[in-house]
Amino acid sequence: MIVRSLALREAPLSGGQALLRVEGVSIALGGRSVVRDVSLEVNRREIVSLIGPNGSGKTTLVRAILGLLPLVKGRIAVQSGARIGYVPQRFEPDPVLPMTVDRFLALGTAGGRARRVTVLEEVGCTGMARRQLVELSGGEFRRVLIARALLRDPDLLVLDEPLQQVDLGGQLELYGLIGRIRDEHGCGVIVISHDLHVVMASTDRVVCLNGHVCCSGAPDAVSRHPEYLALFGARAASSIAVYTHAHDHAHGPAGEVMPIEGSAKGPDHRPGHAHSHDHDHTSDREAARP
Amino acid sequence: MSDFFVRAVIGGIGVALVAGPLGCFVVWRRMAFFGDSLAHGALLGVAIGFAAGIDVNAAILVVCVGIALLLLGLERQKRLATDTLLGILAHGTLALGLVSASLVEGARIDVMGYLFGDVLAIGRTDLYWIYGGGAAVLLVLAWFWRPLLALAVHAELARAEGVPVRAARIVFMLLVALTVAIAMKIVGVVLVTALLLIPAATARRFAATPEMMAILASFAGVLSVSGGLGASLAWDSPAGPSIVVAALALFVAASGLAIVFRAASGARSTKVETLA
Repeated sequence: MIVRSLALREAPLSGGQALLRVEGVSIALGGRSVVRDVSLEVNRREIVSLIGPNGSGKTTLVRAILGLLPLVKGRIAVQSGARIGYVPQRFEPDPVLPMTVDRFLALGTAGGRARRVTVLEEVGCTGMARRQLVELSGGEFRRVLIARALLRDPDLLVLDEPLQQVDLGGQLELYGLIGRIRDEHGCGVIVISHDLHVVMASTDRVVCLNGHVCCSGAPDAVSRHPEYLALFGARAASSIAVYTHAHDHAHGPAGEVMPIEGSAKGPDHRPGHAHSHDHDHTSDREAARP
Repeated sequence: MSDFFVRAVIGGIGVALVAGPLGCFVVWRRMAFFGDSLAHGALLGVAIGFAAGIDVNAAILVVCVGIALLLLGLERQKRLATDTLLGILAHGTLALGLVSASLVEGARIDVMGYLFGDVLAIGRTDLYWIYGGGAAVLLVLAWFWRPLLALAVHAELARAEGVPVRAARIVFMLLVALTVAIAMKIVGVVLVTALLLIPAATARRFAATPEMMAILASFAGVLSVSGGLGASLAWDSPAGPSIVVAALALFVAASGLAIVFRAASGARSTKVETLA
């Protein structure tokens, strides 16, 4: 009787169904209703992006999924025995607390050192085990956080704004990493983001949140949805362009074209293809930035 | 060498060994003011102990734990910030302690001794308190090391990973209360937090992991207590302040050493870069 409640919140889902099901959930913070009647599903091998303006309840919803907040209404069901890996949003390593990458990883899990080294390699942080957390760049630290989540063998990976403090090239690489993790571990992924460009290009499904679910579906369907356009305005329009264009390359420091791993989109979008952009990549890099 | 001095050194070393690791957590979790509040409240414990005719150490412990629990309860309300609450508790209980100490009839309480530490006052019973209580603190700290460290690194990530954060918080507050209760005999109410903070701050510069910082802090604490008590004996200076001055000197020396060391290794790595 007691054992039953260990891994599961709410009623467990049987195998074959959605990994995570959020049904009619409402959440209040300090008496103020923040999330209203939200339903969504995440399946295995699916990347779901939560987008929405500041204060739209994205982080609140995710914290409830993690079991950190009580629900006012509705239910959140996680597939029986599923583990959740979490990459929090606000996290600056504290210089007061000396901490190597390896010690930090060991803090979250019981596994051995060899496993930690392997996972560090997987997230592209080979050889960083002995570095101090405070010495890492924003992108490197995000990767270490992802490694810590991966060490828990998550069935569902939850990332809150993983692209913060990461430059544009690093953002595309990070999304590439998230895609590879999905492929290799077969886990479901929830990503909170407000960078529409990257989200639209790298996600299976988008849920647009503004207290309630404005719209949800495949990125191209969402990006044409009137509620989405009303919410994001001009930024939304430019994200459609990026989505339909489906970039498969990043730009190096001198403006040269660099391939991005795991995002081959078709014959027309290999590195070095002709752009029909209104700017030139080699002479006017500043203009290419959104 | 006289008996009282040997007892003071043994007691002081015991206190320093405990204060090192616990002080690291106080530094990491930015709870210096919390330690101060407990220490100030300890004087009220002394007065209550004398007035009620019970063991003073036990009375101090009860008051410290009481303040810790009171604060845990008060933190839930949002109208006053934690540092305001701590200020009220710290100065309120110190004033209450001083007033009650002056009102207690019969035994004259050596207030200065409690405020700044008195090596002459360390008896055999105090050593039992220090080593018994200290061993208990270190055992519990070792037992809760991982959750406490996870909490210090990132409370929300720890919670999401299933760490019993609330329990760890309460345990930590009680450990600080116990440490303050046993340490105030040596350094005194006013300076007890210094013994938690300064050795930990000294250790920070030389530590690459939290565990190393905790061990080095204990080591720095033992050096400070030995040096301070030696100076106290030689120059007849008050014990507590002498220990804190020794700790401060060690901190300044270590900082200087670290800066020189860093400059030297920095120069070396630049040389390597230019060669490459």
